[in-house]
Amino acid sequence: MLRYAARRVLLTGAQLVALAVATFLLTALLPGDAADTAFNEQAGPEQIARLRHEMGLDRPLAVRFASWAGGLLRGDLGTSYLGHRPVTAIIASSFGATATLALVTATILLPLALGLGLAMGLREGGRTDRVISAVTLALTAIPDFVLALALVAVFSLRLGWLPSAWVGVESGPALYVLPVAVLLARTVSHFSRQIRAGTRTALHAGYTVQARRLGVPRVPLVLRHVLPNAVVPGVQELARTGDQLIGGVLVVEAVFAIPGMATALIGAVQSRDVPTVQGLTLLLAAVALLLNLVADLVCRRLSPRTEVLR
Amino acid sequence: MSVGSRRGFLGVAGLAGAGIALGACGGSGGGGTKPRRGGTLRAAFPGAGAKETLDPHAQRQFVDIARHKALFDRLVDLDAALRPVPRLATRWEQRDDATVWRLTLRRAVFHDGHVLDADDVLYSLSRILDPKAADHLARTSLGVIDLAKCRAVGARTVELVLKRPNAELPSLLGMTGTAVVRKGYRDPSRPVGTGPFRFRSFQPGRAFAARRFDEHWDGAPYVDEVRILSAETEARGNAVQAGEVEYAHEMTPTFARLVRGNPRVRIVATPRSGAVGFVLKTDRPPFDDPDAALAMKLLADRRRLVEVVLGGRGEPGNDMYGLGYRYYPRGVAQRERDVAEARRLLRKAGALNTPVTLYTSTAADGFVDAAHLYARQAAEAGLRVQVSTGPPETYFTDLLDRGTIGSHRCGAMPIPTYISERLLTGAPQNVTAWERTDFDGAFARAQALVDEEERAPAYGRLLRTVRDAGGLVLWGHADWLNAVSARVHGVAPAPPNTVDWARFDTVWLG
Repeated sequence: MLRYAARRVLLTGAQLVALAVATFLLTALLPGDAADTAFNEQAGPEQIARLRHEMGLDRPLAVRFASWAGGLLRGDLGTSYLGHRPVTAIIASSFGATATLALVTATILLPLALGLGLAMGLREGGRTDRVISAVTLALTAIPDFVLALALVAVFSLRLGWLPSAWVGVESGPALYVLPVAVLLARTVSHFSRQIRAGTRTALHAGYTVQARRLGVPRVPLVLRHVLPNAVVPGVQELARTGDQLIGGVLVVEAVFAIPGMATALIGAVQSRDVPTVQGLTLLLAAVALLLNLVADLVCRRLSPRTEVLR
Repeated sequence: MSVGSRRGFLGVAGLAGAGIALGACGGSGGGGTKPRRGGTLRAAFPGAGAKETLDPHAQRQFVDIARHKALFDRLVDLDAALRPVPRLATRWEQRDDATVWRLTLRRAVFHDGHVLDADDVLYSLSRILDPKAADHLARTSLGVIDLAKCRAVGARTVELVLKRPNAELPSLLGMTGTAVVRKGYRDPSRPVGTGPFRFRSFQPGRAFAARRFDEHWDGAPYVDEVRILSAETEARGNAVQAGEVEYAHEMTPTFARLVRGNPRVRIVATPRSGAVGFVLKTDRPPFDDPDAALAMKLLADRRRLVEVVLGGRGEPGNDMYGLGYRYYPRGVAQRERDVAEARRLLRKAGALNTPVTLYTSTAADGFVDAAHLYARQAAEAGLRVQVSTGPPETYFTDLLDRGTIGSHRCGAMPIPTYISERLLTGAPQNVTAWERTDFDGAFARAQALVDEEERAPAYGRLLRTVRDAGGLVLWGHADWLNAVSARVHGVAPAPPNTVDWARFDTVWLG
């Protein structure tokens, strides 16, 4: 187990390094640079060239990467080309909204998906199963942005119950309702179906059948024998749900004008603000990799038999 | 030698603007209520993320310019016809054939209590013209000022000396990026201006808040606080419909149709807020032949383009920039579509059988739609126009040297500024690659004419030259659409970057 964990941690580190290089190269491949995008249509080539020099973008690619990587080793993520703010400040000011969004979603997601999954799996084919299945399957099929726009049209514009975006409204829990609902729709559906499948498998497994035959009552049977086995595939799925959340946040932040990391990242890509793109990508990737790492380790702990198989 | 009348201070301008400002109020809509004090006005503009800046000399996007306008004033501003109107300068006089200008300053108070003086103005100009500040856009247009020779004549009189005669100095001082800052101003995060609002907070890419400044020289604003927020098109539209903001800047014709009949939202449309069209590169085949260029102008079905691309919210253009603005020549016949003549000219130029590429992008609303529609219109004469789409982020820079036809739009600016930035040899935005030394010379001479009666026809001739031989196919003049909540009163239609545009000190909440 320890050796496995060490190997996985090393691999995660290597992935991060590869990602930093890849992001840098991909951003360099995009047409234009920060100097081109700075003025929009207002400046001429001379002015742009001067700004490019000021930003140090006329240096070779390798030199720019080396200076960025050197800064990273000293714990310095660099300074945004535009607005001249440190990247750490940009991350700090955008982290809160995204993290809150993700945490609130996760807090609701886990018990909700677990409950729904169990309810479906324990009464397979019953009315509860069919109704929940229909709803969750339908939600899986709707793209995030369509759902977001539909919710805004109904709950903000028609009924006026909830704010449509984080634009004129300063703060308050109401701001989170629609974005979290969108993030939950797909993830709950995926996750609960995974739990449903796990529950079903565990319910029909030999050990459960035997326990039932021995007269173990239903509630302890479910809690002690079905649930632990049902969540194993779920944990793996949870890491994937984490990835999905990061992707969903990109869409949700854009639709609801949430000043989070995704909004900052999209803006940075559009203005070719490489240091900011690098900083945000690395952080988001680190979170995703960490989630997967933890999920893998937990899975192994929950279900050591995979180790024997290897 | 005595100082004769010619050498004396001539051409007092100044009060000319007052009457025009009054005239502009007519169409403000919702004008039934009496102005009322109090409340917070929330205005949403397209955002620019980390690029957004409080430095009023590093002008970038409308959202920045609107924020700067709340905090700072300019010496001069421009009215809806792009004529200079007095702001911090109450009057201006020129002598020596418009090479020396004297500006009289009004008594204005900065937010820290300091009273505006000539040194603040000179400091502001030197900051704008700082050779090290690559992002100060007005540096190009104000580059005509010979800073070393400028001086304070008294506490409230400044003398500006130009490197060459320029009768347009007042308009140049009214362009964006020319705010007057406090002497010694360095830290953009602590803006101290003379503007109608006093700075409170700023988060780039997100929000800005400022409080009413009671000692503003033009009277205190009606609202207690203004918040200028950044939001993308969809979010702006939703927010103004849901009552989360009171003002949404830059809305589409589609949105205007969507809210028609909605009692909570009103569209404030400003006609003649700039030009839309195509640019032809006049330095390469086929458009180095003026016949081929003229054919492209004859091919455009302008009414159809206005109807489809602008949703009917605009007027057909006549291939001259600045419809409705000062110096726009009168009495030039509207160019109509003539496919047969276009075909004849193309054949004559030998350009009929060579496909041309129209390089466009989603950089501005309607660019791609207009390109495809125009390609179809050209096809009716047998000319194949292939539409190719480039990345929006760098489109305007790319277009400077790429392609044979490109998409073009230009916001409101004085006609001489348009010419000097886009139609002169070596001009920074010369997208039509129009380089004619005789044209350059005629423009320099026109700009030096002190008498407006002589200057106007001189500019008119230049515009007509471009119309007939140049590379501008200006098919339309778009309305500028803003959406306001029904609670908001006093929003005047005004082309972007003019004095009444994004002006929140004269607005009140009902």
